[in-house]
Amino acid sequence: MLKMIASRLTRLVLTVLVVTFVTFTLTNVLPGDAVNALIPIDAQQDREFVEQVREEWGLNDPLIVRYGRWLGDAVQGDLGRSLVTGQPVTDEITHRLPITLEIMVVAVGFSLLVAVPLGAFTGYREGRRSDRVFSGVAQAGLSLPSFVTGLILIYVFALKLHWFPAVGWNRLSNGIGPNLKTVALPALALAITEIAVYTRVLRSDMIATLKENYILSARAKGLTDRFILFRHGLRPSLLTLVTVVGLNIAALLGGVLVIEYLFAIPGIGKRLFSAIQQRDFMMVQAITILITVFYVVVNTITDLTYMVVDPRIRKTN
Amino acid sequence: MSESSGPWAPAGRLSGAMGKRTYRGPWAKSTERSFTGLSWKSLFGKMSWLTRFCTLWLILVILAAALADLIPGLADPDYQGFVFGDGKTNEGPTASHWLGTDNVSRDILARLIYGARVSLIFSFSLVIVGTLVGGTLGSIAGYFRGFTETFLMALVDTWLSFPALIGLVFVTTMLGMRNLLVLCLVGSIFVWPSYTRIARAVALSVSGQDFVTAARAIGTSRRRILFREIFPNVFPALLAYSLVGMAILIILESTLSFLGLGVEIPTASWGGMISQARQDLLINVWPAIFPAVTLFMTVYSFNNLADWLRQRAAARSAAI
Repeated sequence: MLKMIASRLTRLVLTVLVVTFVTFTLTNVLPGDAVNALIPIDAQQDREFVEQVREEWGLNDPLIVRYGRWLGDAVQGDLGRSLVTGQPVTDEITHRLPITLEIMVVAVGFSLLVAVPLGAFTGYREGRRSDRVFSGVAQAGLSLPSFVTGLILIYVFALKLHWFPAVGWNRLSNGIGPNLKTVALPALALAITEIAVYTRVLRSDMIATLKENYILSARAKGLTDRFILFRHGLRPSLLTLVTVVGLNIAALLGGVLVIEYLFAIPGIGKRLFSAIQQRDFMMVQAITILITVFYVVVNTITDLTYMVVDPRIRKTN
Repeated sequence: MSESSGPWAPAGRLSGAMGKRTYRGPWAKSTERSFTGLSWKSLFGKMSWLTRFCTLWLILVILAAALADLIPGLADPDYQGFVFGDGKTNEGPTASHWLGTDNVSRDILARLIYGARVSLIFSFSLVIVGTLVGGTLGSIAGYFRGFTETFLMALVDTWLSFPALIGLVFVTTMLGMRNLLVLCLVGSIFVWPSYTRIARAVALSVSGQDFVTAARAIGTSRRRILFREIFPNVFPALLAYSLVGMAILIILESTLSFLGLGVEIPTASWGGMISQARQDLLINVWPAIFPAVTLFMTVYSFNNLADWLRQRAAARSAAI
């Protein structure tokens, strides 16, 4: 067990190294030199000045040296300075990260709240009309891109009904009520796809679980269906769901960036897109690496929890 | 002849032709059937009405996209009528503009059809690359095992840790150009790992089958087994996933276009149309609804067809 955790952690470190190196190389090798973002076009005629700036930002060293230096700084929490504002990238990210995370947490929480009963129910009613209707709706939810869902929500609940603001963000420090009002629609837009995914996963596991003998014996004892479903059937069926929730964080991350753009929420995603427009490579690189590392870490944690929960996995690996 | 074939067919039904026929093995099909043993009619007839509708919709979209230049009377998707004084912005459906016009007076129907072209070319070429590269690498990993497998799978795991949307946005930003060709090329860097993973799982289970053992027993070379036994079983299994892949990639393309990071404007794309209509949602909601519905129906159709294919495959393997 310990050996396996160690091997997973080694792989985690290796993956992070590879991913950061590839991102770093791409930033530095591809056309579109950082000089273009640092110095206005007309000032670029001045060779000496350009050279001075290159030296100052360490752009003349070999790639591997720059990567080593960047990595050394990154480990200490310094991801470089923004090419546009000159501020440390880390400051801006830590300021925005809680917003992105809040939306994700609310979205996952809400999805589970809906998907767990729905998945259990459709699994219980397998093949009946109610199952087919809900499963059909779930498949439809899966086919809607999150930005379309978000747009529909904005149109109905913000523009027509005026229940929620269409765009913008209230920080938690402004009070929980206004904060929840701004988080509701973005989280819901993300949740629709997640609900569809979770429901499908739980449903198929539930169908398998309900065929087990102990369910039959519980039924023979005369327990009510609802009791059997939630007390006997649900727990063993949740395993795959836990994994899927973990693995789906990646898709969710992609989704939350788009949703932030759509709802004009000042999170990581919106900053990423504005950095792209300003050609602020340092910022783009930092956010890309942050997201990727976050994803790899979440995956490793999911794998490890799964092993802890299900002894069978420990043996086969 | 009857539609049953092979040695398990009831003797009575075959008896009339028995004398004239030579036994060609269990896989031989009756001569009256098509090459694959499946006819369009028999396939279509077994679909639910919803799946039939999805199939028809996809055929319609693909045909319209392919033949867009030949459709008589279809407007130029980039022609802004109001600039030349012969069109209105945000117009409702009329005889000349069946689905109305957008906020710069371009024909919505024409833009939908040309937008389908972008979506389909992008997703289809990536699916092809993913299937070919991923199918080959996955088969090799699953059949040869050993170091090759460890190495390939470590590569796949690392690659998959790069979220495709972020990766595409990142690389195209660094490249500084975004036409359809660049998007397809950059996208294909990110599609193959998931296909490799699935192909490997299939190849693993195929490798354990008796016919592979039998082939090895009679001294077939490993390369020949790979080409004659593994590939022919792996690639059809990837088909259902390819349909899901189409759905995922169409969503990816439209999301990129929505963010303004897809094909460059004014090239029509579904995501781009929605993005543009978003600004005038309260004035005229239709320019947003049409592309959204088209996008949804296309993605849903691919998902539905993939489900249908999976169920069919499951039913067939259960029957064997």
